Amino acid sequence: MPNSSKLFKVLVPLTSVLAGLVVGAIVMAIFGYDPFLNYASLFTGALGDANAIGETLRELTPLILTALGFSIASTAGFFNIGGAGQALMGWMASVSFALNFSSLPHWLLLLGSIMAGALAGGIWAGIAGVLKAYLGTSEVITTIMLNYIALYLSSFLVKNFLAQDQSDFSKTIPEGARLRTPFLEHLTQNSTFNYGIIISLIMVIVVYFLIQRTKVGYEYRAVGLNDKAANYAGMNVKKVIISAMVVSGALAGLGGAVEGLGNYENIYVMTSLPDIGFNGMAVSLLASGNPIGIIFSGLLFSILKIGGLSISVVSTTPPEIVDIVIATIIFFVGINYVIKIGLEKLSKKKGEG
Amino acid sequence: MSVITILMTMVSTALIYSAPLIFAALGGTFSERGGIVNVGLEGIMIVGAFSGAVFNLTYGPALGAVTPWIGLLVAGGFGLLFSVLHALATVNFRADHIVSGTVLNMLAPALCVFLTKIFYDGKGQTPVLDQSLSTFTFPILSKIPVVGEIFFTRTSLLAYLGILIGFISWWILIKTKFGLRLRSVGENPQAADTLGINVYLMRYSGVLISGFLGGIGGGIMSQSISLNFSVSTIAGQGFMALAAMIFGKWHPLKVVAAAIFFGISQSLAIIGAYIPVISKIDDVWFQMAPYLITIVVLALFIGKFYAPAADGETYVKSK
Repeated sequence: MPNSSKLFKVLVPLTSVLAGLVVGAIVMAIFGYDPFLNYASLFTGALGDANAIGETLRELTPLILTALGFSIASTAGFFNIGGAGQALMGWMASVSFALNFSSLPHWLLLLGSIMAGALAGGIWAGIAGVLKAYLGTSEVITTIMLNYIALYLSSFLVKNFLAQDQSDFSKTIPEGARLRTPFLEHLTQNSTFNYGIIISLIMVIVVYFLIQRTKVGYEYRAVGLNDKAANYAGMNVKKVIISAMVVSGALAGLGGAVEGLGNYENIYVMTSLPDIGFNGMAVSLLASGNPIGIIFSGLLFSILKIGGLSISVVSTTPPEIVDIVIATIIFFVGINYVIKIGLEKLSKKKGEG
Repeated sequence: MSVITILMTMVSTALIYSAPLIFAALGGTFSERGGIVNVGLEGIMIVGAFSGAVFNLTYGPALGAVTPWIGLLVAGGFGLLFSVLHALATVNFRADHIVSGTVLNMLAPALCVFLTKIFYDGKGQTPVLDQSLSTFTFPILSKIPVVGEIFFTRTSLLAYLGILIGFISWWILIKTKFGLRLRSVGENPQAADTLGINVYLMRYSGVLISGFLGGIGGGIMSQSISLNFSVSTIAGQGFMALAAMIFGKWHPLKVVAAAIFFGISQSLAIIGAYIPVISKIDDVWFQMAPYLITIVVLALFIGKFYAPAADGETYVKSK
């Protein structure tokens, strides 16, 4: 097969998704739940009517951004597990900006809030980048630790500066900073679908060109493949590391901003990190970092997440089954070597027969 | 409160929080000395915390005070079972170690909360355990003036057990044939293979030991600290254990010392309340402190750390 490698690029994720769904079905069957009923209610819950589709697309919006962020870092060879914390800082900054500068004209307020989110996410990841570049500190551990710091810091800031009289959430953002719009709400039967999706799709294109067509992207890839060779070739590796982490965090921060400005429209005291961080990582891994692929794998995970909510409406199945499916899919993506071998054997047999 | 009582409270609180980290960090050491990076320690601890809590709730009424101790072994057993996934993926199926570890970290909370909801009427957390690992007063040692009261009265027996296991781990890794083989596989698997050492078997042993010890670490968390199981029972302790492993330079005794250091930082929020000046500081700083301290320590000392040479590398046996 001349095109086998290209074919595998599609077949491996498809096999992984299928395997994940099968494992999920087996788990459901073991505990006495009907997998067919559950998957049926999952898909109707995610795609059944205009409102459901709107919610699924709204779920997709931040996932694309956090996934792009994870991809940028992996291109340069870093495993940025801190997407959740970076998104939270972005969320915090964008809502704070919107509340503090509410007198600004509409477009300026919106743009400023979005930029504040990107900036905060970028700085948060940049800390890990600087530590990695100058001191060699493992970004896997620092970004995780920064996640927890972001969690406690944001709840402290909400309680002490943004919440009013003993409540644990901020005021709703002013009209001018909203990403939701009557047009999209009307189109999707009052779902929370919002203009954030435009930001996400623009970023897909930007990241694609950044990685494939620019000098910066070339440097990211070079450092990711072999930092010693990149250094020998005259690249400033330290600068590349920091820049890749900052851009990665800025994208995650944007993800948080669209949650704050488009979905929740405020910020509240959180007891756990927003799951767009870890799910974005899963989206990116399934798409093996490809920006266009991220749209599709993001859509799949959004369907699972939104559809998962209606699983527990129809039956007593705990909605966490969806997270089991997602983790299993990524497990199979991780062991893609085995899938490739299996598929090769399968295609050989067909060729001979 | 007298100074000695304050000191006793501080030391025992610090040790209670150190115990899970000591076990998990020693587990990580075995895995990485064999060349398998285990960022899935967090997930393993979650499985341990969950299975320990479920065992405790189920058999507590029948078994009484001995329950949590058996619960620890159960936690270790399930941790070990769970770590088989990581061994399979990294040793046999050539998965990236960090991706596979991350899968454990994603799967564990999903699976454990899923099961919690099935076992406990749809609630996201278990009921409170009534058979917990309480504090322990050493029979003779506690009679020593001052020292006995500070270090051996109402303290964490598990932390002392962890220190003992640290010594045993040191002996196993440095002094036994098994330890030498495990280390050789982590440093240079090709050479080890040439000498007839079964690289895959050794790497499996390392990962499974980390699963057992990490599971116990989780079981300690749920049975002596949180006293129930929920998603937030394990909040970064697995990663802190990894940090302790790095800070302790992959050497069991130093790893134990580092784990105690991180245990102290975890206990600051509770200890802080007893110290007059510090108790005025907002809680948030204490909550962030252990994570912040972990970053600072790694950043300042990392330059001097060298991981096992083949740590994180997949070994493919040539035919």
